[in-house]
This record gives sequence, C-alpha cells and structure tokens, in this order.
Amino acid sequence: MPLLKSAGLSAAAIFGGVLITATVLAQQPPHAPANEVNSDGHNDPVPPRQAWSFAGPFGKFDQAQLQRGFKIYREVCSNCHSMELVAFRNLADPGGPGFSEGQVKALAADYKVKDGPNESGEMFERPGRPSDHIPWNFPNDNAARAANGGALPPDMSVLAKARGFSRGFPWFIIDAFIQYQEKGADYIVGILNGYKDPPPPSVQLQPGQYYNEYMPGHRLAMPKPLNDGQVDYPDGTPTTVQQYSKDIAAFLSWTAEPKLEERKRTGLRVMVFLILFAGLLYYTKKKVWAEVVH
Amino acid sequence: MTGHSTYVPKSALARWFESRLPIMGLVHSSFIAYPTPKNLNYWWTFGGIASFMLAAQIVTGVVLAMHYTPEVTMAFDSVEKIMRDVNFGWLMRYAHANGASMFFVAVYIHIFRSLYYGSYKAPREVLWILGVIIFLLMMATAFMGYVLPWGQMSFWGAKVITSLFSAIPFVGDAITIWLWGGYSVDNPTLNRFYSLHYLLPFMIAGVVVLHVWALHVSGQNNPTGVEVKSVPKDTVPFTPYATVKDAFGMVCFFILFAWFVFYVPGILGDADNYIRANPLVTPAHIVPEWYFLPFYAILRAIPSKLGGVIAMFSSIAIFLFLPWLDTSRVRSARYRPVFKIFFWVFVATGIGLGYLGSQPPEGGFVIAARILTAYYFLHLLVIIPLLGLFERPRPLPASIADSVLASRASVGARVAAE
Ligand code: HEC
Ligand code: HEM
Repeated sequence: MPLLKSAGLSAAAIFGGVLITATVLAQQPPHAPANEVNSDGHNDPVPPRQAWSFAGPFGKFDQAQLQRGFKIYREVCSNCHSMELVAFRNLADPGGPGFSEGQVKALAADYKVKDGPNESGEMFERPGRPSDHIPWNFPNDNAARAANGGALPPDMSVLAKARGFSRGFPWFIIDAFIQYQEKGADYIVGILNGYKDPPPPSVQLQPGQYYNEYMPGHRLAMPKPLNDGQVDYPDGTPTTVQQYSKDIAAFLSWTAEPKLEERKRTGLRVMVFLILFAGLLYYTKKKVWAEVVH
Repeated sequence: MTGHSTYVPKSALARWFESRLPIMGLVHSSFIAYPTPKNLNYWWTFGGIASFMLAAQIVTGVVLAMHYTPEVTMAFDSVEKIMRDVNFGWLMRYAHANGASMFFVAVYIHIFRSLYYGSYKAPREVLWILGVIIFLLMMATAFMGYVLPWGQMSFWGAKVITSLFSAIPFVGDAITIWLWGGYSVDNPTLNRFYSLHYLLPFMIAGVVVLHVWALHVSGQNNPTGVEVKSVPKDTVPFTPYATVKDAFGMVCFFILFAWFVFYVPGILGDADNYIRANPLVTPAHIVPEWYFLPFYAILRAIPSKLGGVIAMFSSIAIFLFLPWLDTSRVRSARYRPVFKIFFWVFVATGIGLGYLGSQPPEGGFVIAARILTAYYFLHLLVIIPLLGLFERPRPLPASIADSVLASRASVGARVAAE
C-alpha cells in the first residue's frame, strides 16, 4: 500500500520535473545567439503595456483621441494602407470618433470613388458619399507591392485584432482575468516607436528593410512612418511620435472593434442581472434543501 | 430507475393526449419525479451546463447562418459584416465563438468528474460510450466551425488536420483529395465543412437524447459511488431539489461565460485568424484552439506522421474501453487512496500536454511531450488495470444515507470539540 502511494507521488514529482526542465530548456533555443532572429520570435521583446481609455469593464473610446487618430490615418498611413471594412458613415456612428453627419458628408466628398458602368458603359469617378467604404490609394495589391519594394501593406480595418504577442506562461491565463485585451494596440505603439537606426551589428538587413525592436524577426519592410512634428494637432496636443502612435493605435482599435462600447455597456447589465439572479437562486436553494440531510 | 413517477393528467384534454402520446408522463418522470441521489455535489451540474451550451450553440449558430456566406472570397467579409452591421451580430458571433470554448470547459469537467467518481463502470458503460461519441462529434463540429471565418488559422488548421489523412498507407492521398473536393483546401472544402458544421450539432443532440435515456435507466452515480439502496432514504425528487441547485450552478457558469463574451471575447482566439486566409503565406505557428491542444501535442510527439495520427486517435478511442480497463470494483476515488493520486497526476498530464501543444515543436518541448504522451498511455493501459488488482480500498459506506449521516456526525463532533 505505502509502496503504491509513493509510486503515485513519485509520478507526480517526475511530472513536475519534466515540465519545469522542458520550459527552461525551451526558453533558450540551443542555436540562437542572444538578439539573433529566430523563426518564431522567441526572444522578441514584449511591447510595453499602455494605459487605454477603452480598457477594462467600463472602458470607452476617447472621441478626441479617435479624431486625432483618424487625422494620422488620413495624412500618413492611408498613403500605403487600405481600410476596406470601414465606411465614411461609420465615422459618425455612436461609440466612434463622433464626427457629425455634415462633417462626414464633406469628408467623403473630398475623396474620388470609382463607380459605373454608366449608361454608355463607361466606368467613371465621382465624389464619395457617406455610404462608400474608404477608398485605397492603390488600384490593387500588386500596385501597392510595386510601390513598397515588394511588400504588401496589410489592410488596417482589423489590424489591431490581427496582431498580438505572447506573454508566456502563466500570463496567458492571468490576462483573461485582468482583462488584458489590448495587445494589438500595444503592439502598434511598440512598432511605431521601435525603429533603431543603425541596427544592432548582429542583424543584417536587405535593402528596403528596417530594423524594428518589436517586429517578430526584427526586419520590417515599412520605413519609419511617423516623426515628431509631422502631423498638426490644432487642439494643442503634443506632436510627438509617442502621442501620435497612441492616437493611431486607439483609432485602429476602434476600426477593429467598433461595437466595443456597446459590448461593455451590455456586459455590465448582464453581469449585474446574473449576479443578482445567482444570489436569489442561492437563497432559494438553501431554503429548499434546509430540511434534507445531505 | 423507477421512483415516485406517477404522472396524473389533471384535465380531460391532458388525459386524452396522454393516452395517445405519453410525453408529459415522460417529462414528469425524467425531470420532476426522477429520484436524484441527495449527496450530489456541484460537479454534477456540468452535464446540464453542457446541454445548455449545445442549445446555445444551435441558437446562435442558426442566427449566424442567416448572415454568413460560405464562399472563399466572401466568408471573411461576411463574418466582419455580422460584427459591424448586423444588430447584435457581435453578440451572436462572440457568444458562438466563446460558447464553443465554454462547451468544452463544461464537457471536460463532466468527463473528469466521471473519471474521478468511476461513473463509467457497470452498469453505466453504454452511457459512458455515448458520452465519448458526443465528445468526438463535438471535436469534429468545432474543428469545421473554426474553418468558416476563413482566416489564416482557419485555412492552415484545416490544411494541417485534413493532410493527416494522407498518412494512411496506399489510399491516403486519394482520401485527402476526396475530403478536400479538389487538390487543396479551397471553396469546395469550405462548402462541405459548412454543411457538416450545420448538420453535426443536430446529430450530437440526438446522441445526447440517447445519453440521457441511458442515464435514466441506470440512475445517476454519486460521490460515494455506492448505488441507491432505498429511494426514500437515499434520493430526493429532481424537482425542486436538483432543479434549483442546478439552476444556481448554471447561473454561476453563465457569469464566467458572460465575462468572456463581453469583456475578453478575443482572448481565447488567435490573432492570425483576423488575417484573411492566404494559401501562399504560412503562419509562423499553426496552433489549434485550446481544447485540441493536448491531442495536438500527442500528434506531434510521435516522430512518424502515421504513428502520430494513430496515437492521437487512440488517445481518445481508449476511453471507449475504459470500463473494462479499470479492474477495480470500487467506483469513487474517495475510497481509492492510490487511484486518487494517479487521477490528479493524469489531470496534470493533460494540462501539461495542452501547454506543450501550444508551444513550438522544438528542443525541450518535444522531449517533454514524448514523456507525457508515454505517461498518458501508461496511465490508461497499465496503471489503471493494475491499480484495481493491487490497491486496497477504504471501507465503503453501507448506503448514501449512511455516508451522509456519518459526515454530518463527524462535522458535529468537530463542532462539539471546539
Ligand atoms: C510608405 C508606405 C507605408 C506607410 C506610410 C505606412 N506603412 Fe505600415 N506598412 C507598410 C508596409 C509595406 C508594411 C508591410 C511590412 C512587412 O511586411 O514587412 C507595413 C506594415 C505595417 C504594420 C504591420 C507590421 C506587422 O506586424 O506585420 C503595422 C502595424 C503598420 N504598418 C502600421 C502603420 C501605421 C500605424 C502607419 C501610419 C502611421 C503606417 N503603417 C504607415 C508601409 C507603410
Ligand atoms: C456543437 C455545437 C457547435 C460548436 C461547438 C460550434 C463551434 C463553432 C466555432 C468554433 C466556430 C468559429 C467561430 C469563430 O472563431 O469565429 C463556429 C462558427 C460558425 N458556426 Fe458553429 N458551432 C456549433 C453549432 C453550430 C450550428 C448548429 C450552426 C448553424 C445552425 C452553426 C453555425 C456557424 C456559423 C455560420 C459560423 C461562422 C461564423 C463565425 O465564424 O462566427 N454552428 N462554430
């Protein structure tokens, strides 16, 4: 009997040992010198966590910040990146940047949109309408590649949800409970602030590649898009890369998750209801079972 | 088990109907009068929770299907349209995506409950086997559902898993091409996965009916593992006792579910699935959803492709034989001191394999996955059969009522002593 029991306990101990050894071994891949690129980005630094107005259970977007972010998108990023899933009218939706209908109409009319064919069978250009999706600078992917040294700038609509990073064990469990769901935004801020020129000597770059701290593999085909003072802020907000990057990342978080405010608001009501309901059921259950010995 | 089931139709119409289709009597005997062991703990709520999650998946799924387009150039956009333009579409989509995870959470707890309390043993073998079949169908359904949004992970996950069939000798390639409906994962694959993803949940619902039917023949197991000896002494009627207790347990589970849906809806998913599927760009890591990770680790632990596939499928198929692999006549781990330790080691093995499945297959991770895979099979094929022969169980209580009274008495004695 005690023999079997100690067999069980040793199985437990061996199991623990295996896991710990494996984790330690795997943290240091044998043939990747520090700082060198490895295929899966094990040693990549984790972008610092930022404070976001839209984080947490009561989070809401900061309208002024979304409007500044849109300005950066329009003046800088849209030169290369598309925004296929967002229509002009969305800019006036509740829970968004809060442009007025008039502003959206005027804004849309600033863009040329391809339409047609008309009665004579010709395609033509017309001023944009609020229902149009934001058009792209390039007619197709290959044109964008050709202008960017062969690299395709990804569509930005859901970019903030399409990027992330691993914080490793045990954070991937803890993050669910501390509601750390803004990794995409932190990553974008990281990328925009992560350029280093010249790169560390251990990294060889091809022409058209730039060194970036936070890019997995550190090689990025996007030249540093933002510099201090590049975009005007009429409201006196500091015109620094740090500020720009937070504003554009907030804007991209909204384009990726336009129903975030509605979701969190609904969530609060559901939670309050469920907790009250659980409380009532708990006392009902106690009452019902009171005279049963169990 | 027949207990105090005596449905008496109250109106003339009910009597008329009952003598033609006795469905009210069935409901009455299954959910009202059904005798439930009075010592059940909250681990017994997870069967009900799993049934609820199945219903929730069907309801949200049917609504999603009204707006979803199964075509490779439109699938991704149609899901985004649901998120952006359909009223409460975000809620349906997030409830469905996280609901799949919650369904697996409930079913895993339900399975480990059965393992701990020996619920798979005679006379519940058929009940158990039906459960394993439900689990397999769920895995197939969730796998095909994950392909539908047609993101990078949808595409590459489908590619990796369907390619496994090519490991079958001689006919493997032909089978894979037949599954794909072409020479790679493409539009025909998406269409058939959509069709099957809609069909399988209803097959699961059918097997759930059989599962519950079998349950109502043998009756529920309970934490002592001792069968009900006397209905009046050992059990309480399902309603109100189990109904209100299960309702409380379920609402607590909904709080967890709501937490994920409303506050961290994307945390269980993979960021890569918000990138459109691209057959020309392979993601750095192809990782399945968390509920497949232990099996994915077993698949990759074996150095040969065919061997990996066989190991992965047998890691689940073994459970079909568990009632006969376990030689112990005692059901509950409460009275099996050594089994109890091995049970927890097995739970840790499962979690460890899950972790390893999420890591790249290199260096120490591979070695650890091999050791844990070996241990996984050792537990089921060697330790479980031998334990029943060598372990000396603790004395069993004479009945459920006795065990309840004994634990009451020991609590009383402790209170008195203080
Ligand atoms: C000169 C064209 C250009 C401009 C302007 C530009 N980008 Fe890019 N961007 C690219 C290209 C090209 C890539 C693809 C890089 C690659 O694949 O290595 C890219 C990729 C990215 C990525 C993804 C990196 C990854 O993880 O794959 C992010 C994030 C990004 N850009 C953000 C921005 C933001 C924010 C702006 C505006 C402030 C911006 N870009 C402006 C060309 C541009
Ligand atoms: C056993 C029950 C079910 C499970 C476990 C399940 C699981 C899943 C999963 C994991 C996804 C991918 C979600 C995502 O990442 O976006 C999905 C998508 C989908 N499912 Fe289901 N599902 C079930 C039942 C159903 C039913 C019954 C229907 C239809 C009647 C359905 C319709 C859909 C549709 C249309 C999608 C694509 C939309 C989307 O990706 O959100 N599902 N399902």
